[in-house]
Amino acid sequence: MPDINWSQQILNGLFAGSAYALFAVGYTLIFGVLDILNLAHQAIYMLGAFCALVLVTGNVAGLGPLPGGVKLPFWLATILAMLVAGLLGIVLDRIAFAPLRGRPDTHFSGMISSIAMALIFEALATWFFLPQRSQFPLGTIPGGAITIGQGALSYSRLLVIVAALVLVVLLTALLRFTKLGKAIRAVAENPKAARLLGINVEAIYSFSFFLSSALGGAAGIFYGLAISRLDPTMGRTVELKGLAVIILGGMGSVPGAVLGGYLLGLTEVLSVALTNTSNYRDAIAFILLFLILVLRPSGLLGARRVREA
Amino acid sequence: MIRRTRWLGQAIWALILILVLAACGTATTPTAAPAASQAASAAPRTSAAPSASAAASAAPSASAAASSGATPAASGAAGGATKEVKVGAILSLTGDSQIYGNPQKQAIQLAIDEINASGSIPGIKLVPIFEDDAGTKDKGITAVEKLIKTDNVTAIIGPTLSNTALAVFPVAQQNGVPALGVSTTANGIVEIGDYIFRDSLAEAQVIPVTIKSAKEKLGLKKVAIIYGVDNAFTKAGYDVFKKACDDNGLQITSTQTYSATDTDYSAQLTAIKGTNPDAIIVSALAEGANIAKQARELGIDSKITIIGGNGLNSPAYIKNSGAAGEGTIVGAAWNSANDTPVNQKFIAAYKAKYNADPDQFAAQAYTGVYIIAEAMKTAGPNVDRKSLRDALANIKGLATPLGSFSFQPSRNAEHSPVIQIVKNGKFEVLK
Repeated sequence: MPDINWSQQILNGLFAGSAYALFAVGYTLIFGVLDILNLAHQAIYMLGAFCALVLVTGNVAGLGPLPGGVKLPFWLATILAMLVAGLLGIVLDRIAFAPLRGRPDTHFSGMISSIAMALIFEALATWFFLPQRSQFPLGTIPGGAITIGQGALSYSRLLVIVAALVLVVLLTALLRFTKLGKAIRAVAENPKAARLLGINVEAIYSFSFFLSSALGGAAGIFYGLAISRLDPTMGRTVELKGLAVIILGGMGSVPGAVLGGYLLGLTEVLSVALTNTSNYRDAIAFILLFLILVLRPSGLLGARRVREA
Repeated sequence: MIRRTRWLGQAIWALILILVLAACGTATTPTAAPAASQAASAAPRTSAAPSASAAASAAPSASAAASSGATPAASGAAGGATKEVKVGAILSLTGDSQIYGNPQKQAIQLAIDEINASGSIPGIKLVPIFEDDAGTKDKGITAVEKLIKTDNVTAIIGPTLSNTALAVFPVAQQNGVPALGVSTTANGIVEIGDYIFRDSLAEAQVIPVTIKSAKEKLGLKKVAIIYGVDNAFTKAGYDVFKKACDDNGLQITSTQTYSATDTDYSAQLTAIKGTNPDAIIVSALAEGANIAKQARELGIDSKITIIGGNGLNSPAYIKNSGAAGEGTIVGAAWNSANDTPVNQKFIAAYKAKYNADPDQFAAQAYTGVYIIAEAMKTAGPNVDRKSLRDALANIKGLATPLGSFSFQPSRNAEHSPVIQIVKNGKFEVLK
């Protein structure tokens, strides 16, 4: 049995966990506010990543260069791509969810229509960006690495960890300390009461989709950069992990999604490190998920019937 | 108001339905449409053909050769006596494996255009029908059923991936349609039945040579292995690599797996790094480039060579892995430096038509069409699935870009492999 490089494996786990957490906070936000599972979140994640790629390279693979030869630095492309992803989220809400709101079967039909939207987004992405795998050009961000103990962490991976921390802190602050955040939490709690109190519920729904999708897009950009792989179906694998993460953390709970993300990432990595084989990785991760749900059916931080956004 | 929103909802649902159907449809329509129109235009011609061929049945090949020889370029347009024979090609044209499937499609189209233009198969014009399997088994099965039952093809080329082939070939075998794998290298392919051939060297023919050469040239003593556990090709590649390591007395320090949906391999690679191997064997498909890249990011020294199977044998691997892929050793069935006239002619024609260098997948697909054409020459203008199969089994010493090509009695390909190393972003022969 070889020595385990603990510092490296923990860094690996933090990296995976940050990616899961960043994806899952947006996912769980929509569940918290609307009680709906948005299965198109993974498609927004993918489109956000491609949007940043297009702005960085100035080229759409399936169509050709952008007019005017626009090429943006990575940080600016990231901000714009997050905005585009957020706007796509609003479009998604207007098309897939808004027409079904108020119907008795809205949870179920909304989920199905979000699957349809995910397929449409993927088909459009295949058309615009081709079915190939793409990657950010070399040198998009510096190629070096930092060393912590015996572990190495490339700048692109460090960026995922830092971005997850910053964005989650900003989201939490927005929900906790601003009037807008208070309104979102009120709508999550009880949309009818919120409407009676003069809150524009539809606007809050739109804004929640904007926030959720901008975060999802950011997750796609940073993770896609770190693992150098973008393709129109890149969201599908993270979707399942993301679902596991929000169930683990408690459906609708933002801190729960963060905790769940890190827990899943670290469990996956440590199961590989401890058994020295990767055959049991998903089994161990999902047995853990199962055990936690047996002990706490509402998830780690999920409160029964009391939702927080 | 309520009524209006309900209408809106229904309209949006209808729109979604139309978009989804359109998205599903686009994959097949462009390839299916020309084939259908050709089939329609062919119908009156073939009905006229029997009387002509009956008159000339004493010397069918001579008369057909005369008619096509007179106007080689216009044989399709003039073609009173030529019969259209459909050849189906199931390739991975979307998804990860399109890096293999698209060169194959281009090479098949090139070979068929050449053969039809030269009229080299007396009395026969080849009509390709391309189907996309997206690298999946279920789409592969849909495609093979369509080709056999709706399009009534005489032969099938592909699928691109062994994993798909293991699901597709049994259907071809049951229906008695000869199928020729042009990139299927895993074990258990030709064993499916006597209608199944392949012109691609099996991993079991290439990998032992790869490991032996790598050990001799680099002085390897211990290696680590990482492979995809849920794909037939990468798993079979692992089995062959493991056996080759054992046979050559190489110690295996660590064996790691990943699943096809994984994108981050750092946990496995960290474990491998801790065992200090001399080389890392990567039995992977397109994700091989990401594994190489992540290995170097984790600080695995570039002196630790990456050794791969056929999945890494693609210019796309070099492009996607960049500096991380330098020094990678890969066994191959084809080498562009082979200077036989037929190989150089293929490379020049491919470059001229597509403005890109062909890779091994293109060379094998191109060869596949010529193998089928050769068998059709033997089987004659009245070729059917059975006679084509028998003619294929007897292919011997055909000059192809891969070298002098024969089928073994097992219907596997017979020619010698080349061991390559990535140097300055190009595959070179390992010396």
